[in-house]
Amino acid sequence: MNTALSWIKAYVPDLRCTAQEYTDAMTLTGTKVETFHEYDKNLEKIVVGQILSIDKHPNADKLVVCQVNVGSQTIQIVTGAPNVAVGQKVPVVLDGGKVAGGHDGGPMPEDGIRIKAGKLRGVESFGMMCSIEELGSSRDFYPDAPESGIYILPEDAPVGADAVEVLGLHDVVFEYEITSNRVDCYSVIGIAREAAATFRLPFVLPEVKATGNDEDIHNFLEVEVKDMDLCPRYCARMVKNIHLAPSPEWMQRRLAASGIRPINNLVDITNYVMEEYGQPMHAFDYDTIAGHRIVVARANDGDTFVTLDGQERKLDHDILMINDAEKAIGIGGIMGGENSKITDDVKTMVFEAACFDGTNIRLSAKRLGMHTDASGKFDKGLDPHTAMAAINRACELIEELGAGEVVGGVIDVCAGLPEEKHVPFNPEKINKLLGTDVTEEEMRSYFARLDLTVNEEERTIVCPTWRQDLLREADIAEEVARFYGYDKIPTTLPHGEATAGGLSLKLRVENIARSVAEFAGYSESMTYSFESPKVWDRLRLATDDVRRTAVTIQNPLGEDFSVMRTLPVNGMLTSLSTNYNRRNKDVKLYELATIYLPQAGEVLPDERVQLVLGSYGEGDFFTVKGVVEEVLGKLGITGRLSCDPACGEPFLHPGRKAVLSVNGTVIGYMGELHPDVADAYRIGERVQLAVLDMPVVTRMADFDRKYQGLARFPAVRRDLSMVVPHEVLAGQVEETIRANAGKLLESCELFDIYEGSQIAGGFKSMAYAVTFRAADRTLEDAEVSAVMGGIVEALGSLGIVLRQ
Amino acid sequence: MNENLQKILDEAKTRIAAAESLEDLNDIRVQMLGKKGRITDVMKSMRELPPEERPAFGQMVNGLRQMVEETMETRKRLLAAKVREAKLAAETIDVTLPAKAAGIGHSHPNTIALDEVERIFVGMGYEVVEGPEVEKDYYNFEALNIPANHPAKDEQDTFYINPDVVLRTQTSSVQVRVMEKGQLPIRMISPGRVYRSDEVDATHSPCFHQIEGLVIDKNVTFADLKGTLALFARQLFGEDTRVKFRPHHFPFTEPSAEMDVSCFKCHGTGCRFCKGSGWIEILGCGMVHPHVLEMRGIDPEEYTGFAFGVGLERISLLKYEIDDMRLLYENDARFLKQF
Repeated sequence: MNTALSWIKAYVPDLRCTAQEYTDAMTLTGTKVETFHEYDKNLEKIVVGQILSIDKHPNADKLVVCQVNVGSQTIQIVTGAPNVAVGQKVPVVLDGGKVAGGHDGGPMPEDGIRIKAGKLRGVESFGMMCSIEELGSSRDFYPDAPESGIYILPEDAPVGADAVEVLGLHDVVFEYEITSNRVDCYSVIGIAREAAATFRLPFVLPEVKATGNDEDIHNFLEVEVKDMDLCPRYCARMVKNIHLAPSPEWMQRRLAASGIRPINNLVDITNYVMEEYGQPMHAFDYDTIAGHRIVVARANDGDTFVTLDGQERKLDHDILMINDAEKAIGIGGIMGGENSKITDDVKTMVFEAACFDGTNIRLSAKRLGMHTDASGKFDKGLDPHTAMAAINRACELIEELGAGEVVGGVIDVCAGLPEEKHVPFNPEKINKLLGTDVTEEEMRSYFARLDLTVNEEERTIVCPTWRQDLLREADIAEEVARFYGYDKIPTTLPHGEATAGGLSLKLRVENIARSVAEFAGYSESMTYSFESPKVWDRLRLATDDVRRTAVTIQNPLGEDFSVMRTLPVNGMLTSLSTNYNRRNKDVKLYELATIYLPQAGEVLPDERVQLVLGSYGEGDFFTVKGVVEEVLGKLGITGRLSCDPACGEPFLHPGRKAVLSVNGTVIGYMGELHPDVADAYRIGERVQLAVLDMPVVTRMADFDRKYQGLARFPAVRRDLSMVVPHEVLAGQVEETIRANAGKLLESCELFDIYEGSQIAGGFKSMAYAVTFRAADRTLEDAEVSAVMGGIVEALGSLGIVLRQ
Repeated sequence: MNENLQKILDEAKTRIAAAESLEDLNDIRVQMLGKKGRITDVMKSMRELPPEERPAFGQMVNGLRQMVEETMETRKRLLAAKVREAKLAAETIDVTLPAKAAGIGHSHPNTIALDEVERIFVGMGYEVVEGPEVEKDYYNFEALNIPANHPAKDEQDTFYINPDVVLRTQTSSVQVRVMEKGQLPIRMISPGRVYRSDEVDATHSPCFHQIEGLVIDKNVTFADLKGTLALFARQLFGEDTRVKFRPHHFPFTEPSAEMDVSCFKCHGTGCRFCKGSGWIEILGCGMVHPHVLEMRGIDPEEYTGFAFGVGLERISLLKYEIDDMRLLYENDARFLKQF
């Protein structure tokens, strides 16, 4: 919503403030000013001058030398403007003055352009005649300005006077952000009322004069509203003997300031009233209305209609149409029809000011894909009272501007007008909610400024119908708060029962995982929760993979954002790919990524956080496995991490992948990325991935620690150097050692593995350090040897022999 | 001490003083005190003395031995210190050579900002609560006083899964779930992802994070809301941060406000960063709408509360002066390592 200050002042005549003061004050009472533009910014020393003579420039064909009377003196000005003539009155910037921009209408410099006396091709010039662009404006505001050349002022402009004043450029246009609850403020009158209340000044709403000749509209037109639920009020008036002409300058300028291009008096009046009252209106050519009858009714499914922009629209049963006796002539509240639009030949017209159901307008406009100025106002839900006020105001302007002869009377089809609401008035409660100590008298002064009255008998506040946002005491409290001043409300802290606060176990576990990952060199990434279903193919998921069943967005931004991820690796791989393509080396990323798994019989999916570790460059499978073990260790998950190569993830390298489990519970998977998938993501290095299912990990986390006595007796270490069949896994070897080592076993560590020339084909050499210790004594050699014997025997059953 | 012994002592002292290395000193020790050393020989010669002279002689030789040993020890310490010194000198390193990086990773700027916010509110007794991102329409809208057909529900803003399920557009939905549990008082914040149907650009993302706050108790006032958020702003942006509350509108709060903080770059004088205003818009807040309380069976005559919602990205972009929101979801290592 953009409005010129001069228009606001029409209703708040005593308003005196700078643009910045207005901005700050209005924003603090809730009518937020986003920005403002001062039309006279950078306009200095610009007066009305009259051209006395024009002579050829001695040294330039395209320049002329003018003598210009600027009131106090006559000065010489050299110009190249093509449209100057003796006797014209023009805006002249004097030596040392400023203009806003260049004559080409390009972007205006922040500090304007300083004009100084000087010589042009050898001839002295003491100022400059200005084009409308140089004055910071445009032909939108001053349609009479020439396409190029000097702006010519009216003949009655007094020579030597402030030309900026003459042009009406001492004005500011404000851009507001109106909140959706303040429907009344989508109008100049509504904003002016707030301005008056803000500055504690009188609000002067001029009385609209009675209009119309002694004829009666009812003799010429009939209106029937069939669907009152969608159109609670329909007002119509008629104008005959129409005289189309441009509207007066003041109206054109106010419209232009509001961002509306002036057209002619009829269109301008309609737009002017729409801005002033917030009530859209429509004008029909009376002679095109068959049967001189208007019927407001729902369209039929499948009907089509050509709107006044020449487009054919598809209709449905929920779209409200304005019809005549034979055909549709407009889409109610959205756009009129081509068949009834006002043309230059119009003789008689019908003004419509109606109130349409806001929700239906919004939904209809959306289905039609038509968002018009009118629908934008109607969809907020207007006060039916305004329709009558606006149509009478429009007719007043018709008479004032001599645009036609208003026919007497008004057709008003109305389902009943809303009544004023009465809200309990309890000053103590208001103060208690706000934490303030505002007197009742003070509160009453705010109400008076807002046209809220107090019903003393009921002890209620009576809210005018345009204030649809005032329904209960909390709403009244806000009125008190904003005029008392949000800044004056004290600042305190809640007192009352103390609460412990803190993080949930889930969040604490996630924070630990985060810190371990970071200490291991991984940086945290964040990726979108939705992705393309094509990801499933890229990750080589089987056609029947359950993860192809996803939570699907009905209205996504595009296919790439259409399904909620069911596995967390695509975002990671995409991020790694970005890094790889930007030649970042040795990249390690982690993400705590939520996946969304549809659950049979549940409305909402299962949302599970996954810890994803992804890297390329430095490190291999076992580095990542180490990080996983560190995470588990820090979470007090003491069971050994076991890796099972029988992992089904199709996006991993078939020989380098594992299902991760602890004590038989699967907690995730890890592995190297399948080269096909790496190709698909355009990553030219080996990628390591690990995924932990955090809900499971969180369930296993244990922060209960118990101290174990430090060993006081020496350990006995025995090394096992073995030849092991190739297919036997280290995990099996270790499992066998542990299973047969008894309770004296302290640790069992692989310290060498070798496959190659020294070892027979199909075998590998492995060496383990096995350490035994007893808590209460020094171990005897013999008992350790006995245990070792058992281990070697068990290993033998796997085809393992000790190296000689 | 007889002349002979004195001579030995003098000679030993001279030689010890002349010793230049621990090896030399060791040679002297062998020659003097060793099995075949001079002093040992003298001791052995005691046998040749009459028995009554032996004790006195023995004492003298022992005295000699002790003196030689002490002199030797002193010299040894001196030489050892010299050796250590030379070793240290030889081991000098160029401490200005580059470090061997520990290679520790970095938290995402959003996470750092969130940790800050959580720390501040947990310190004030707030619980951190999470809720589902794929949410029932009811919790996201209706229970927050946004009835069917409210413009805020418009499909252009909300991602729908089906008519009853949406991707939550605000973490305010968690308010309702917490109130539903019926335990009062409530002091909570709820961080998490939210979704709006906005095309990706420098200032928009269809998926971003919000932190919702909710306090419900007896006698909670708008003044308490102001005080709490002013404290939060000072803790987050610095002690000299000022706040400004402006009236605003949200369906689920009344009265409602937006809070601006004084620009932490120019401290309020106006700069490019705050677009010359000296203020930066940071969050929306208000007193919990009585209807929202009523819908959860909380009597607004007895309990009042306030709620606020702040965009996490808004904080991290401002705090770290990141000029393009897309950087937050690209995860370029060169970007992440700056945090």
